[in-house]
Amino acid sequence: MSDYSYVRTDMLPQKEPPVSTVGPIGWARTNLFSGVFNSVVTVLMLALVIWILVNLLSWVFTPTWAAQSLSECREIIAALGKEHGACWGVIRERWIQLLFGFYPSELYWRPILTLILLFVAMAPILFSERVPRQLLYVSAAFPFLAPWLMWGGTLWLPLMVAFGIVIGYAVLKVLSPVIGTLGGTLAAIILPILCWVFAAGPVAQGLHGIIPVGIQGVESRLFGGFMLSVWIGVVAIGISLPLGIVLALGRQSDLMIVKYMSVGFIEFIRGVPLITLLFVASTLLNIFMPPGTNFDIILRVMIMATLFASAYMAEVIRGGLAALPRGQYEAADALGLDYWRAQRLIIMPQALKISIPGIVSTFIGLFKDTTLVSIIGLLDPLGLSGSIRADANWNGIVWELYGFIALLFFLSCFAMSRYSMHLERKLRTDHR
Amino acid sequence: MTTATDPQGSKFRLSMLLYDSRYRSATIQIIALVLFLVLIGWLVSNTLSNLASLGKSVGFDFLGLPAGYDINQRLIEYNSRDPHLRAAFVGLLNTLLVAFMGCVAATIVGIIVGVLRLSNNWLIARIMTVYVEMFRNVPVLLWIVFTMAILIETLPPPNAFRGDDPEARMIVNDSIALTNRGFYIPEPLFGHVDEEGNAVGWRQGIGDVHLFGDSAVAFDVSLDLVAIVAILTAGILIARLIGQRADRLQAATGVRPRTWHWRLGVIVVPTAVVLWLLGFWLSSPELRGFNFDGGTYMRNSLIALWLALSLYTAAFIAEIVRGGILAISPGQTEAAAALGMRPRRIMSLVVLPQALRVIIPPLISQYLNLTKNSSLAIAVGYMDLTGTLMGITLNQTGRELEAVLLTMLIYLGISLAISAVMNAYNNAVRLKER
Repeated sequence: MSDYSYVRTDMLPQKEPPVSTVGPIGWARTNLFSGVFNSVVTVLMLALVIWILVNLLSWVFTPTWAAQSLSECREIIAALGKEHGACWGVIRERWIQLLFGFYPSELYWRPILTLILLFVAMAPILFSERVPRQLLYVSAAFPFLAPWLMWGGTLWLPLMVAFGIVIGYAVLKVLSPVIGTLGGTLAAIILPILCWVFAAGPVAQGLHGIIPVGIQGVESRLFGGFMLSVWIGVVAIGISLPLGIVLALGRQSDLMIVKYMSVGFIEFIRGVPLITLLFVASTLLNIFMPPGTNFDIILRVMIMATLFASAYMAEVIRGGLAALPRGQYEAADALGLDYWRAQRLIIMPQALKISIPGIVSTFIGLFKDTTLVSIIGLLDPLGLSGSIRADANWNGIVWELYGFIALLFFLSCFAMSRYSMHLERKLRTDHR
Repeated sequence: MTTATDPQGSKFRLSMLLYDSRYRSATIQIIALVLFLVLIGWLVSNTLSNLASLGKSVGFDFLGLPAGYDINQRLIEYNSRDPHLRAAFVGLLNTLLVAFMGCVAATIVGIIVGVLRLSNNWLIARIMTVYVEMFRNVPVLLWIVFTMAILIETLPPPNAFRGDDPEARMIVNDSIALTNRGFYIPEPLFGHVDEEGNAVGWRQGIGDVHLFGDSAVAFDVSLDLVAIVAILTAGILIARLIGQRADRLQAATGVRPRTWHWRLGVIVVPTAVVLWLLGFWLSSPELRGFNFDGGTYMRNSLIALWLALSLYTAAFIAEIVRGGILAISPGQTEAAAALGMRPRRIMSLVVLPQALRVIIPPLISQYLNLTKNSSLAIAVGYMDLTGTLMGITLNQTGRELEAVLLTMLIYLGISLAISAVMNAYNNAVRLKER
């Protein structure tokens, strides 16, 4: 027997990896100082970032919150011995105005409530797996409640508008078996429109005379600030969704005339800048309407923003339709579903779900674009910043206002874009 | 669907228009067309009756009237006695100028940022992310007015450059002056002239050619510029031919001849010779009295619009570039490496050609967006098409309908032209499948 005593019988304990490859040091070595060039770049960039941060923070942290005017700010800054400093007094004095414009201050709860309701109404659509389905009733009521809360007036008007839709549904159910699907659909479209145009106003007036239920009316010209941006964005996206679906279906359709009309509309709207459409709203829309009609400017802007958004929405939904496998269409045909049933039961639920990230992106784009209304004289945050600067106390203030507005936009758009990215990851079903 | 059960050859009844699939699509289309025409007719009749009650007529003869306003930044000759049409044309050229400059700058910045976002250096990648998110999530109009404010508030006025010990100095060898009124940069000139305007020396420019005679869209084209562009294009074409010949040689023999110095030479040398023959020199701006004289003057409205639009669009382009590079599966890179290619060749021969196909379609729509966003020039007072035709001309003549429609049509034309050109390019580089 040979002697195996020199062979170890137990394993050596595992050694710690070298300090330079793990922990913060290892991380820094691989990610920041992985070579001479990288190290130099890192140091230079670090110096730049620190320089910017030091200057910016020293500018931001200036105790000028209580100042009543720009000159008072300058005195405070001079007393501190600083060369530059922010003048936050203007934000303290005007932040409410930048958020709500000239909306009556005792009614601020209404836009806030509308915003909360908006989130509640969106919840069943955006977080369908985590909230009860009963919230869908709020989603259904929101389109009628929100304008009433924002503009006020009698409760009978939104009820009459909702009644018009009930009429349409009833007509569809009752008449379709009698005069056929197409006739029933036509009647279900025409009757509610007649009801809205001719009956809704007078009947609501009459009912309000009998049982006055309503809240104080607020004129459109008092709308302003961040609230106006959100409101234009929400209304335009909300109405453009059904319009966009119709346009997208029209563009995909086999009917040549319908297809060319849809393509023409979409490409025209997408080919011109939004500002030209806003000029149409401010100068031309009243000329296009029958003599005597007079929409106020905010309503006109909303109409044009809706048309604008619907063209982009149509493209987003077309993308969703195109992303559906052909088998889905063929399966619907094989089940013997007609066009509209196939769309309603098979195609649209899937296509719309795929399109949600695109819809959110369209909303972000439109929301940012609402700043353009300041060019035609509406008082969105950017328009208000001009009128604040016209105040003798704050004449010459620039960075604080722009910074505040930019921060508001950044926070909301960044949150939405992150949500949209999360959704995109969730909806991605292909395994890459 | 129902074709098989449709009665064949039965007599035509009116109800078949609705229920027979052979006629139904035609019926629906005719109904849609009629509704559309009724809508258009309704809008037109409303417009006509409204205009009649306002005492206005419809017509484009106002374009021939003298404009009566000045345009401070322009590419072609213009004075306030020129007609509105010429003012609109000056505005259109300004739109195209800022759109072109913006597209070029946005592409360069966007590609750099997009690639750097994928950098191994954590700090650089983070800084680029901050840049992209900062620009993408704040409205472009805010960036434009913000940039304008930066230019006005932080740069020195021209008179700060005066005196023996001035507060501000010109940069780059005393040739560029950055002031709060705008940038003064060197102007390219051809041939020297003395005080009386007589040519000095034999090396002179070949002058301008006047296009479109006396019409409102007349303009001069510098023949010097045309010559330089022609020589440059010819050089690039010859360089490509040399490259193709090298490809053929490589395919035949397996050895690629060194050609880069030839290719560089045929581009640079003829261009330099032509520049020398034309007497090319740069005339720097000089301080005369309270302002600068000579050189090219770029107003700060142009600079602000250009910078803001390019940086804003670059943030979107960066995302497109990053997405395009990430879309190439790692297998492609690994396969190229297995073939023994060096990293730079992998990038230029394998990854980039494939990434470009993913990048180009969204890039086109970003160029379109930039061009459309250039209409926000009106916020900083840059006289583009919106500022002239839909701005001052509209206000002076009161022709809202014509001015707005014409502006829309011109923008539509620009958009369609850009997408046509870029789609043609896209088709050229598209993957050729069997």
